[in-house]
Amino acid sequence: MEDERAHILPEADSGTSENSRRNFLKQSTLLTAIALTPATAVKAAEAHVDEKIAGAFEKMPVKLEVNGINHSLSVEPRATLLDILREQLDLTGTKKGCDHGQCGACTVHVDGRRVNSCLTLGVMVNGKKITTIEGLAKGDELHPMQEAFIKHDGFQCGYCTPGQIMSAVACIREGHANSEMEIREYMSGNICRCGAYPNIVNAIQEVKEGGFKV
Amino acid sequence: MKVKETAIPGNHNLMPDDRTGKSALSRVDGRLKVTGKAKYSAEYNVKDLVYGVMVGSSVTKGTIKSIDTKKAENAPGVLSVLTYLNAPKIPGYQADNPSPKGPLKIFYNNQVYFNGQPIALVVADTFERALFASTLVTATYDTEAHQTNLLTNLDKGVSTRREDKDFVKGQANAWQSAPVKVDAEYIIPTEVHNPMELHAIIARWDAGDKVSVYTKTQGVKSSQRSIAQAFKLPPDNVQVTAPFVGGAFGSALRTWPHEIAAVLASKVVGKPVKLVLSRADMFTSVGYRPFTWQKVSLGAGADGKLTGITHEATGQSSVYEDFTEGVVNISQLMYACPNINTRYRLVSLNVNTPTPMRGPGEATGAFALESAMDELSYALNIDPIELRMRNYAETDPSNNKPYSSKFLAEAYKIGAEKIGWTERSQKPGTILQNGWHIGYGMAAGMFGAHRSSSTVTAKMQADGTLVLQTAVTDIGPGTGTAMASVATGVMDIPADKIKIVLGDSSLPPSPTQGGSQIAATVGSAVHDACTELKEKFKSMAGNTDPADYIKILKQQGLDHLEVTTTSKSGPEQGKYSMYSWSVHFMRVLVHPATGVVKIDKAISVADAGQILSPKTARSQMIGGTIMGIGMALMEEAVIDHRYGRLVNNNFADYHVPVQADIPQVEAYFVNKADNILNPIGAKGMGEIATIGVAAAVANAVYNATGKRVRELPITPDKLL
Repeated sequence: MEDERAHILPEADSGTSENSRRNFLKQSTLLTAIALTPATAVKAAEAHVDEKIAGAFEKMPVKLEVNGINHSLSVEPRATLLDILREQLDLTGTKKGCDHGQCGACTVHVDGRRVNSCLTLGVMVNGKKITTIEGLAKGDELHPMQEAFIKHDGFQCGYCTPGQIMSAVACIREGHANSEMEIREYMSGNICRCGAYPNIVNAIQEVKEGGFKV
Repeated sequence: MKVKETAIPGNHNLMPDDRTGKSALSRVDGRLKVTGKAKYSAEYNVKDLVYGVMVGSSVTKGTIKSIDTKKAENAPGVLSVLTYLNAPKIPGYQADNPSPKGPLKIFYNNQVYFNGQPIALVVADTFERALFASTLVTATYDTEAHQTNLLTNLDKGVSTRREDKDFVKGQANAWQSAPVKVDAEYIIPTEVHNPMELHAIIARWDAGDKVSVYTKTQGVKSSQRSIAQAFKLPPDNVQVTAPFVGGAFGSALRTWPHEIAAVLASKVVGKPVKLVLSRADMFTSVGYRPFTWQKVSLGAGADGKLTGITHEATGQSSVYEDFTEGVVNISQLMYACPNINTRYRLVSLNVNTPTPMRGPGEATGAFALESAMDELSYALNIDPIELRMRNYAETDPSNNKPYSSKFLAEAYKIGAEKIGWTERSQKPGTILQNGWHIGYGMAAGMFGAHRSSSTVTAKMQADGTLVLQTAVTDIGPGTGTAMASVATGVMDIPADKIKIVLGDSSLPPSPTQGGSQIAATVGSAVHDACTELKEKFKSMAGNTDPADYIKILKQQGLDHLEVTTTSKSGPEQGKYSMYSWSVHFMRVLVHPATGVVKIDKAISVADAGQILSPKTARSQMIGGTIMGIGMALMEEAVIDHRYGRLVNNNFADYHVPVQADIPQVEAYFVNKADNILNPIGAKGMGEIATIGVAAAVANAVYNATGKRVRELPITPDKLL
């Protein structure tokens, strides 16, 4: 399914900041980011012509394939994949639980690997294939892991569930679902505060032992 | 697709529902939850949305001398920076609350009561810009000496409310003259609810006097009332929507200052505002289970009969608001004993206000009482279950009323069998296998079984779909599923013909999801509404089968038939004491060299009346057990008292149980209806699932090692 969608974002504000971006750029270039910033930008910052440069830096073009749909986006370099999915693409199935890579609620697949999307900047995944919970089912037909989570009641409030399911699918694909203990170890990055852990293990074991293609 | 059945040990959630004989219902909102389509409060695509980020105080007590918001205001995309200096006055904060203590008034004045207290809210057009700008807000303070340490302030405890009056039955401190005595202090640290969903709100003013919010709340009607009160609006002008709530465990029982701030900010900027708390904010903005000191003293005869129970507790609250909970209540009620006295005190500290956390004070109290009972069992050399049976209360010890139902003895039997209690050694520290000490422990729990008023609309549509509507929330226990389960029984229709509509303040009223009352309250209202609807069909049926709803509607020329029924308990309840009961059994492994504790097996058994929805009930029970394991082994919010600041306000440092910590937890139910409490025979389960768990773990650790840990959490350092 190829469906190019251009996302029109609000223009960067102009004229609202007297000093802040210039100072930010100066400080960051001088203190920490000299190696990362082109020398011309440093010179420009010093020469007080950095507002335009900052404006240009503020958004970067990024192409993502999310659940089989191509998106051409313009994102701030500091925007996380998680916030891009939730706030720009309205794919709110991917959850924010900590924003620090400590809870797993934001787990998505990037080129088939599970990652914490809150620790992944959008610009880092330019050109990559992202699968979120919204892309797991085939139309009305649920993925076997989704079916198994329902059957085994692998959730209560449902908030960590998309992350658990994305992690669970990857756990089997990685070959880390060969025993109850191994599943527990490799699913420990996904916190469930409702305490559905035993049911989640049961769901994963059933999908693994059922030999379903995940 | 069809999922192949496999036999998995410890997997009981595929058992049939013995009420209907059919397979137990899966969660009615399961499909929405596994596909990411269930929308939580921060997930509504509202036009022109802007983003708020909170700035907290960096000092613990004092006054704000100055706030510099200029840099933040000049940052790209920033629309407003609210502080006490420029925020419009919140009408409900003025005048009509003369009480010196109450909920924190946000952006009200320059007073700082605790570290992290919100001092500014930055609103910008994107989240990234708001977050960046929030780092540019700076403040200076006149600081004062703060107090955040309960243990160094125990002497300042006061009795704050009439309910906290000292309790004496028989003779006070009778334990002192008993032949066998236990007298010990117990400490639980501050524990934070930390539901996975961050507290979040989207607030939008639809007119000058009308506001809509999507917010994380356990009670849409109570949120409606609170916001209406704060902004002096008619309650109907406040629309609260929360069909999905990503866990709460008590943290969303009330409307918090950040919610008021978001509503206010939306008014100021004239746009909908989304405010999502950070995980760090969650530690200082939405309550917690308070640090509590306790002392339990038990006296018994050589026969194991209790002759005296004394239970003292001191909890903590903020300086601006008193929060009390039933820490010592369990000692007044749990065991038949002629002499009982309890005392509860509160210390005001420079911390934010606590709020009930699953099992609230009873879970705290049960840790102390049930640990002490275990200590007594060893002092007497009597099996801990036997000791509890010798002191089993057949009537309520506090008022001599009969129980509406009590099947705790049955629960003991089931649990003992399932854990393999006969393998336990009465002498601690004697079983060593593969280099690990093995220990068995048990502890009981109880919580009031309440039923309040609920109104449910039951509507049969022409296509045979039954729609059930009420303003309750489902924060995860499976309320909607239990409602469907009750309705299938009454109406004799399959669950997939039932549509549950919840979490909207415009629906008929139901209570806040809390205090283990919803299954009994809303379940009964569903039962009563469906019964009434069925009667209506019967009266119209003529010769038609009264259960052929589609045909009757067609014959009558109706496109639907509905009833709205309010249902609540009757006066007969005053004659009884009504409680849910639980027992938790643990088998633990303790590593002698490292002090590591592993839960090897956990069994929880509940007398929660008739189980309405076996699959979700089992999940709720094991979830409560797991939260109790967290309380026992790892959860502790640590304040550096020099600065009054939390040092572990994130999931890397504040540990909650993860998969690797948890074995196959098993839950069982006595499953006998309490027909006095309500027509469906259900009693609550949310609290008893956690109450007693921490003591069961501590008792098992003692059995394994001979080391009694009286201060939670039981971390390895305490066992070395």
